[in-house]
Amino acid sequence: MQHAGTGKAGDEVAALDVAGVSHSYGPKRALNDVSFSIAPATFTALLGLNGAGKTTLFSLISHLYDTRRGSIRIFGHDVSRASGEALRRVGIVFQARTLDLDLSVYQNLSYHASLHGIGGHEARQRIEALIETVGMQGRLHDKARSLSGGQMRRIEIARALLHRPSLLLLDEATVGLDIQSRAGILATIRKLVETEGIGVLWATHLIDEVDDGDHVVVLRQGDLVAKGKVADVVKASGAGSIGEAFSRLSRSEAAGIAEISP
Amino acid sequence: MNSPAMPEKVTAVTPAKSGAFGLRHYLICLKGIVVRECLRFLHQRERFISSLVRPLVWLFIFAAGFRQVLGVSIIPPYKTYVLYEVYITPGLCGMILLFSGMQSSLSMVYDREMGNMRILLVSPFPRWYLLLSKMLAGVSVSITQVYAFLIVAWFWGVKAPPLGYLFVLPALFLSGMMLCALGMLLSSMIKQLENFAGIMNFVIFPGYFASPALYPLWRIQEASPLLYKLCLANPFTYAVELIRFAFYGQVDWVSLGVVAGCTLLFLGGAIIAYDPSRGLITRKQGAGGNG
Repeated sequence: MQHAGTGKAGDEVAALDVAGVSHSYGPKRALNDVSFSIAPATFTALLGLNGAGKTTLFSLISHLYDTRRGSIRIFGHDVSRASGEALRRVGIVFQARTLDLDLSVYQNLSYHASLHGIGGHEARQRIEALIETVGMQGRLHDKARSLSGGQMRRIEIARALLHRPSLLLLDEATVGLDIQSRAGILATIRKLVETEGIGVLWATHLIDEVDDGDHVVVLRQGDLVAKGKVADVVKASGAGSIGEAFSRLSRSEAAGIAEISP
Repeated sequence: MNSPAMPEKVTAVTPAKSGAFGLRHYLICLKGIVVRECLRFLHQRERFISSLVRPLVWLFIFAAGFRQVLGVSIIPPYKTYVLYEVYITPGLCGMILLFSGMQSSLSMVYDREMGNMRILLVSPFPRWYLLLSKMLAGVSVSITQVYAFLIVAWFWGVKAPPLGYLFVLPALFLSGMMLCALGMLLSSMIKQLENFAGIMNFVIFPGYFASPALYPLWRIQEASPLLYKLCLANPFTYAVELIRFAFYGQVDWVSLGVVAGCTLLFLGGAIIAYDPSRGLITRKQGAGGNG
């Protein structure tokens, strides 16, 4: 399986390998034969307009839905057949807010830790370290309800990192946030890729969140229309920038996959 | 966001270790789910108060009025004539379990709508174990409510044999499991929170009234043979009888069998319904996002 961009992984196991995945809701097709892979320690932007199939893809990767056609592997573990092993390696930030508003930040994080079999002193240590990582010191015992949207997102990111995943999935994590919050969260994630070697799949339709050095996967109405490094996708689509490339690729009349070979 | 800048220090995030979870991890997971359910219950004081007030209204007002109208003859497990308040107490315990079980399913629909449910379902523990833990958490809260009610009832003069309060615990647990499993199964079929009113009308009220919670079955049989048959087909009937006999240190084996069987049936149904490969959730719902 070719990686989303560089192909530098060679023989190493892909952080995420999506192969020939299709999914429908009744007669409505949501994904159609989507294939791509992500190397460890890379930042891959999953681009697509609303309804492109990004959230469906996330639901399949996180095994909320079963993959009926195709396969999804996380570090070699099939999500359908070995979901436990696969899910232990992935941290997820969903598009919808998933904090329990009635509980404190600590209680929310502690609950998540227990869902990964982490308890007691170890859980407390990890929570205290990660709360610092996301810049939310001093808010540990505040009710989740009292946090701003950006702060909640930071807590959700800390929560996704609690069990020390090797792959992080973020589904439109910055939607509805102000520019400062978006920039801060994006910087946090990029630093984790750089320093901790976490593979990241960042779903977004905000093109300014994509950097030149990133890999991109572009979905349009359930079809994969491009994958590769930003520069290569821009070149293959004949555009002058990733914004223009995304705009062209997202138009329904655009045809074919701007696939970039390693 | 107050501090958008990236903190200098980033905690080491090492790759996840492989290897199967041990018993300790399973217990941590169970504890986490139970603690969360208890915390949510404690934070929702209105829920606790209403769960207590509802049966107390029946005990203080309804029973006081009807004790003059409804005579309860000597029927097992009672060896003497009993006050109507004594008769309906097991039914009111069942009522608490019934409402609490449905409340638990309501919270699952709410969690699903709000997205909280996803956090539970993407845990690497087996789905059946997560649902079972969720049920155990719900039952723990239900049983706490029942004992709070029994304490108030004791002060009101409605007393069971002292050991009965201990003997009834397994019966409450099993009945609670059955009703929570039923609630969980129903929650998988409800797409939106608004549809929950249907559960109130079609499950809770018929389930409660078509049972020996308020009147003995022989009286129902005299009044309406059809209603009597409905009562016999109602799993809640057996939950109430199981609790009633347990208060007197006795086991109603038929009730035990039916309640245990229904618990397994409903739990199995809920596990299938929440299974990503077979479940109703996958078929009924879209992705729920913008992407």
